[in-house]
Amino acid sequence: MAMEIVVPAVGESISEVQIGEWYIPEGKWVATDTDIVGLETDKATFDVPAPAGGKITRILKKAGERAAVGDVIGYFEEVAAPEGQDSGSSSKSSGAKKEEAPARPAASSGNSSSSSGDSKVMPAASRELAQRGMDAGQVSPTGPGGRMLKEDVIRTAEQGSQSGSVTSQPMRSEDVIPLSPIRRRIAERLVSAQHEAALLTTFNEIDMSGVMALRNQYKDEFQKKYDIKLGFMSFFVKAVVDALNQVPQVGAQLKDNKLVYRNYYDIGIAVGGGKGLVVPVLRNVERMSFAEIELAIADFARRAKDNKVTLEELEGGTFTITNGGIYGSLLSTPIVNPPQSGVLGMHGIFDRPIALNGEVVIRPMMYVALTYDHRVVDGREAVTFLKRIKDVIEAPARMLMEI
Amino acid sequence: MSTTFDLIVIGAGPGGYVAAIRAAQLGLNVACIEKEKALGGTCLRVGCIPSKALLESSELYEEAKSHFSSRGINVGKLDLDLQKMLGQKNETVTTLTRGIDGLFKKNKVTRFQGHATFQSPDKLVVRSSSGTEELAAKKYLIATGSMPATLPGVVLDGDRVITSTEALEFEKVPEKLVVIGGGAIGLEMGTVWRRLGSDVTVLEYLDRILPGMDGELAKQALKIYKAQGLKFQLGAKVTGVTVNRKNCDVHVDGADDIRCDRVLVSVGRKPNTENLGLEEVGIQTDKRGFIQVNEHYETSTPGVFAIGDVIGGAMLAHKAEEEGIACVERIVTGYGHVNYNAIPAIVYTTPEVASVGMTEEQLTEKKIEYRSGSFPFAANGRARAIGHAEGMVKILADKKTDRILGAHIIGPHAGDLIAEVAVAIEFHASSEDLARCCHAHPTLAEAVKEAALAVDKRAIHF
Repeated sequence: MAMEIVVPAVGESISEVQIGEWYIPEGKWVATDTDIVGLETDKATFDVPAPAGGKITRILKKAGERAAVGDVIGYFEEVAAPEGQDSGSSSKSSGAKKEEAPARPAASSGNSSSSSGDSKVMPAASRELAQRGMDAGQVSPTGPGGRMLKEDVIRTAEQGSQSGSVTSQPMRSEDVIPLSPIRRRIAERLVSAQHEAALLTTFNEIDMSGVMALRNQYKDEFQKKYDIKLGFMSFFVKAVVDALNQVPQVGAQLKDNKLVYRNYYDIGIAVGGGKGLVVPVLRNVERMSFAEIELAIADFARRAKDNKVTLEELEGGTFTITNGGIYGSLLSTPIVNPPQSGVLGMHGIFDRPIALNGEVVIRPMMYVALTYDHRVVDGREAVTFLKRIKDVIEAPARMLMEI
Repeated sequence: MSTTFDLIVIGAGPGGYVAAIRAAQLGLNVACIEKEKALGGTCLRVGCIPSKALLESSELYEEAKSHFSSRGINVGKLDLDLQKMLGQKNETVTTLTRGIDGLFKKNKVTRFQGHATFQSPDKLVVRSSSGTEELAAKKYLIATGSMPATLPGVVLDGDRVITSTEALEFEKVPEKLVVIGGGAIGLEMGTVWRRLGSDVTVLEYLDRILPGMDGELAKQALKIYKAQGLKFQLGAKVTGVTVNRKNCDVHVDGADDIRCDRVLVSVGRKPNTENLGLEEVGIQTDKRGFIQVNEHYETSTPGVFAIGDVIGGAMLAHKAEEEGIACVERIVTGYGHVNYNAIPAIVYTTPEVASVGMTEEQLTEKKIEYRSGSFPFAANGRARAIGHAEGMVKILADKKTDRILGAHIIGPHAGDLIAEVAVAIEFHASSEDLARCCHAHPTLAEAVKEAALAVDKRAIHF
């Protein structure tokens, strides 16, 4: 009896998705939990896994078509694995199949065969496993619903007793791992960003000693009052707001040959999530305090690691900040997150000798980079923007006094 | 007035009504056309159900007459009220056919009464006593079933030379009944009337009864039927029947005529395709008139499907049901499957004869090596206790993989016992798997377990 493949609820505000790609064609057998179709919204791709080992019997909505949440987009039939397939394990689409050494009858032990309640080992197969001292994991089941038959055990045992075939040499083998859907999506968007926009990067460097001193001075009091560590991100976010006020073009977006300026700032903070980079967005940052910014970022980081960032949180955004410094990056050229027009790249803080007032001093220095879309932002505006970031971080009082 | 349905099913027998209900469950707008007033097809009205009712009634009669005394129950003079017996059968049929009406209403299947004929690939005309109606659908399913066939020289007259339909309605017990055809239907009906007092002779063209069934079982069955008083002439070629005023004579090639009151012709069934308009839409049939279909049950005309007796194969109600469901499921979901290796066939005589999967003869012909395990009911405690210890269970298993390939049972409740093995076959079970399942004691089912053990020569009780 066929099971329905249904569009799951993917976000509160989402009522419709686009069929992205059917990873598996009709009629091809897949193991349970293998991703069979990717559903797309503007911000993310969601995969629907196979509900059981079996085949897609009918695709009702093709790639590119739209479907509402709850719609049946296809039918799936649970079918026994064809010979040679391991139907019992849940192999995600990125798993590579390794050659298993054929089973050799080990010294027989009383509990080497599994006959637990929900195991799919038929009674005679169980007896065969026990008698041959084999383990259920060594046998590929071919019975209906993934059941292990007596003949499966016998066949595996007989294959083992034949001379094994030559497997690939251990020092020179390959693993071919298909891209996961989110990786694919990221790849698509990055490439399209590069093609559409005229991207350039301008650099500057920031002497972090001032803001570090400020931080050290107030960090304990801050921690005590707000129960969150005072980091650098809040300073940079505030600095970006300040710079955007001065150079609003960096926050504009190109839409159908028109420039869209917004009177609010939704700033995306790039965080490494469980499945890849996600950029959750802080809303109306111009109204958030230091503490609120730190709290929000910490929350995003935690949830991103558990893949619990919601779709709404990834949408919109007028500017993005990315920080490669936490991974030790010295300098890089971040890529713009379309349809935004600029992205600020923060990097690691390293002690460096610089020339100051005719002397060589060692200061904690951070390189910063602003990649911008030249169709929207001029060189002078981009440099001014970045210089403003530098000035404001080096002397945070400037933000307070608005000079 | 023309209405377009998603699916129109022609025929409300087990194949048709089940397909219609399944299609409705899957969300289609379904119509079902049946020419009889009562739904249920041959099976419910003039086949499976009424015959089983009479088999039960006649068996109770025979038990009371001949076997009760051996258990210390003395009934004195036994009386037969045939009308009442037939009445009980009719009530059963009516209840069940009304049940289908209810199921159609529940599942919102639109019912049309009348004879359907294709006028073109998108037009069906339904003719009834109250007029003509035109219907159209995106897809059609022909499930018109079959009707009794006859032999050259044997003309059915609905009175003395009759089919199983009339044999379910005799006004009085025939003194002498000749049955032409030693298959399931002939043996069942012959058994009914023998029990009620007829002198019954079965004429069979082949040199064995129950063609197609396991040879060993057929031999055992023949012996048992003979011991019960059924007479047989095997290898008999019937050339004709002459109907006289008060009796008839059956002509057998190279043998004496047989004089009798009634002749039951049960030589097989032919597909019901008359006036269906198959030629109008280009639906191809084979040379025996069965509608040809591909593995999706689609006929040569796209959008028109056919299942059940009308496409041939085993003429069984449950085979039609499986095909009906598979056909409809495939249309809607892309997947529908019938496992023809696991369709049981049952003869409802006493003892019952049942089989599923392949016979020894078929395995030998296909050169498949097998092992066989048998167990006699004589060694089964329950069978002895109930006084029905005739027959045996035989299980055939692949020699190499031990997979169960077939099972053949003759004995009490064989028809129910076979279900277990049909399930085992679906699950690709080996005979050892079946043997390792616990079977309650004391039951007839233990004989199945012992037969499975016997495949490996490990039966305990024999």
